[in-house]
Amino acid sequence: MSLDPRLSQRIAKTLLWAMTVLTVAVLVFIIFFILRKGLPALSLEFLTKNPVDMGKGGGIFSTVIGTIVLTALAILIATPLGVGTAIYLTEYTWENAVTRVIRFGAECLAGIPSIIFGLFGFILFVTKLGFGWSILSGGLTLAFMILPTIIRTSEEAIKSVPAAYRQVSFSLGGTKWQTVTRVVLPSALPGIVTGIILSVGRSIGETAAVIFTAGSALRLPTSLFSSTRTMAVHFYILAREGISMSRAYGTAAVLIIAIMAVNIATYCLMNKFIKKYS
Amino acid sequence: MRHPIFIFLLLLCMVGLPSCGGRSQNDVIVAGSTSIQPFADKWAEVFMEKRSDLGVSVQGGGSSAGIQACKSGACQIGMSSRELKADEKDLREIVIARDGLAIIVHPSNPVRGATLAQVQQIFSGDLTNWKFIGGPDKEITVVTREEGSGTRGAFQELVMGKTRIFRGAITEDSNGTVREIVANDPYSIGFISLGLVNDQVRALALDGVAGSEASIRAGRYKLVRPFLFLTKGEPTGTAKEFIDFVLSEEGQALIKKEGLIPAK
Amino acid sequence: MNRLERKDRLVRLTLLVVAFSAVSILAVITVFMFEQGTPVMFKYGLKNFLAGSDWYPSEKSFGLWPMIVGSIYVTFGAMVIGVPFGLACAIVLTEFSSKHVRRVIKPMIELLAGIPSVVYGFMGVVILVPFIRQTFGGPGLSVLAASIILGIMILPTIISISVDSIRAISPAYREGSIALGATKWQTVRMVVLPAARSGIIASIILGMGRAIGETMAVIMIAGNAVSVPRSILSPVRTLTSNIALEMGYAAGEHRQALFATGVILFIIIMVLNTVANVTSSRRNRVKG
Repeated sequence: MSLDPRLSQRIAKTLLWAMTVLTVAVLVFIIFFILRKGLPALSLEFLTKNPVDMGKGGGIFSTVIGTIVLTALAILIATPLGVGTAIYLTEYTWENAVTRVIRFGAECLAGIPSIIFGLFGFILFVTKLGFGWSILSGGLTLAFMILPTIIRTSEEAIKSVPAAYRQVSFSLGGTKWQTVTRVVLPSALPGIVTGIILSVGRSIGETAAVIFTAGSALRLPTSLFSSTRTMAVHFYILAREGISMSRAYGTAAVLIIAIMAVNIATYCLMNKFIKKYS
Repeated sequence: MRHPIFIFLLLLCMVGLPSCGGRSQNDVIVAGSTSIQPFADKWAEVFMEKRSDLGVSVQGGGSSAGIQACKSGACQIGMSSRELKADEKDLREIVIARDGLAIIVHPSNPVRGATLAQVQQIFSGDLTNWKFIGGPDKEITVVTREEGSGTRGAFQELVMGKTRIFRGAITEDSNGTVREIVANDPYSIGFISLGLVNDQVRALALDGVAGSEASIRAGRYKLVRPFLFLTKGEPTGTAKEFIDFVLSEEGQALIKKEGLIPAK
Repeated sequence: MNRLERKDRLVRLTLLVVAFSAVSILAVITVFMFEQGTPVMFKYGLKNFLAGSDWYPSEKSFGLWPMIVGSIYVTFGAMVIGVPFGLACAIVLTEFSSKHVRRVIKPMIELLAGIPSVVYGFMGVVILVPFIRQTFGGPGLSVLAASIILGIMILPTIISISVDSIRAISPAYREGSIALGATKWQTVRMVVLPAARSGIIASIILGMGRAIGETMAVIMIAGNAVSVPRSILSPVRTLTSNIALEMGYAAGEHRQALFATGVILFIIIMVLNTVANVTSSRRNRVKG
């Protein structure tokens, strides 16, 4: 005996919608919880003063700087490599064994868990190469982690540039390189920047790889070889050890707001890009 | 093409930010025991206030991590809260303080003290219910530190002896985390540095003796371990100045206020 | 060859070198890990290493079995939570919602993906663990806690890939089914989902890979006990947590044992990713 199909549809729809609403509710709950407990701790002072007493007092300034510098370094290293790879794969060659190997390499790199990057970065950069716990070690490790994302998004962005643009450039006498740098890249820029912003979002939240390569020193970093603590690491330590719950929530609130800003920026850019080419 | 170049330059400036910081010399890196870390941090803070041209950078990781880092040169001063093993003795040891080991429980736990033998049985997994030592009829949640912890090493040596800590014990990687867990779980037990006990947890009396500076100095409280600073060879430069500060009257007075026992 | 052509050749060569950066990094990581990890695996015997229940590095005992079981339990638990809810959201997003609703829900799912894992772990510690402890007993730090949090974390992966594969089904399938008098739900259940099967399976496999590789959230809520969990309320340690907890101080053979753990993780995830890619490409070849 089976149910009347319209009844079973109604049951199914209700159940599915309930599950979806529950999922969205979890997200909303997390964000509200963190913001409600964290926003009170936020103030200009919180953001501009250094941590005091292992983080029990003071603000999170050094960790904000640490996050910015580490992310900037990772982007600086990964972007030329990633965009260069994307340009090569789309403009300078056709689909062959070489491109498949390159793509396979990028896909595999994307699947490696962050703790393995942390292990690798710790042994290679911190210990063997002697960089120690430093922005350099952390930045290099993070760069490797975000490379696949930049390659993927840049490739898609470059591929969406209409062939007509290139043909016009060639017919005007431009070389391949001139076409790429003066026609293709500028048009693909929103898509490429989207990939970069996504990577920024990922770097901000990354903890496992960073804590083992950049360390967790609370001082304002003084050089690329200084150890530094990012906001995510600071939040982890504050929360785990119960040093200061109010500041932990405050740090988490800053993290969440940063991620939301990243997502909004990505969304707007993607819309702008899609509108341009449809 | 003007915009991307501008952004690129901006990024370069951001990366160069740290170099604008005041200190010109390289920082001394102090890494290791999470028991010593908060105190080292305090020392570093005061030290840098007095000597604004020098920098000290403190990390955790655990005693064994600090010993490894010191050996490999990743840090200049290693921190250890346990005695060095035979194959680690090639490092120079400096005792900077002494600290008791506290066995902690939740403040609501009616059990106020235990014998050393009972503690050993709890951590080895032989004694599994609070009711056997005067508590409620609930299973004991045992919390321990990771293997590389100096606190755990000291605990193993002073309490467990040859007996292993049982493998079902919850494992965490710093004193603070163990304290947090015990503070939130009414049926848990753990061990942390005596100097880090706060009003969120209660330290048990062992064989009738409560841990404190007085009882440690009198030799009645047995769970004591040294806090060590380790260097590869003789300390020089900023490292030497920092260690001198830590051992000075002012440095030792600082930690006495925080609950540690001075080195002398 | 004139000057411009020579420049173009040079550019092409440079870009080729750059393009190999990703592959070379991968190669370096792989070679490094295998080189460090395999000797210790064979020294102690693969069977002892994988099936031994004793992980006491200070006594040179390297049995990974409790951690392997831990990773399996926690991942399986994550799937139990993540797959039904993930598929439900994917179906609702593609079949049962209007464009406006979709425009609200989709960014929210993407935001879910962006929340750092330490925040998830923290929410677990502050809300989930005490709840489990007070309601079900035990320490609260458990397989159950880890499964729930991991399940939530892999939702965005499952949802976005499933949505893509359901959307890729040509409308003709749906139209044909409706024309035959089926309800929307019957169409989804009997036509669309089977047609999108390989993409959905790929999303589940990728979600599995993500769950196995997660570290920070698990360390915060799973308890990290080095024993095979007796029940879902027992504390557990996964392969990833093992590496993270001991990496800082491991030396010599202990460190190599951690690399060996990394090798095993690496192999598992590579296999999962390849299977996922193969299943989704099979889908691409079959569908119109």
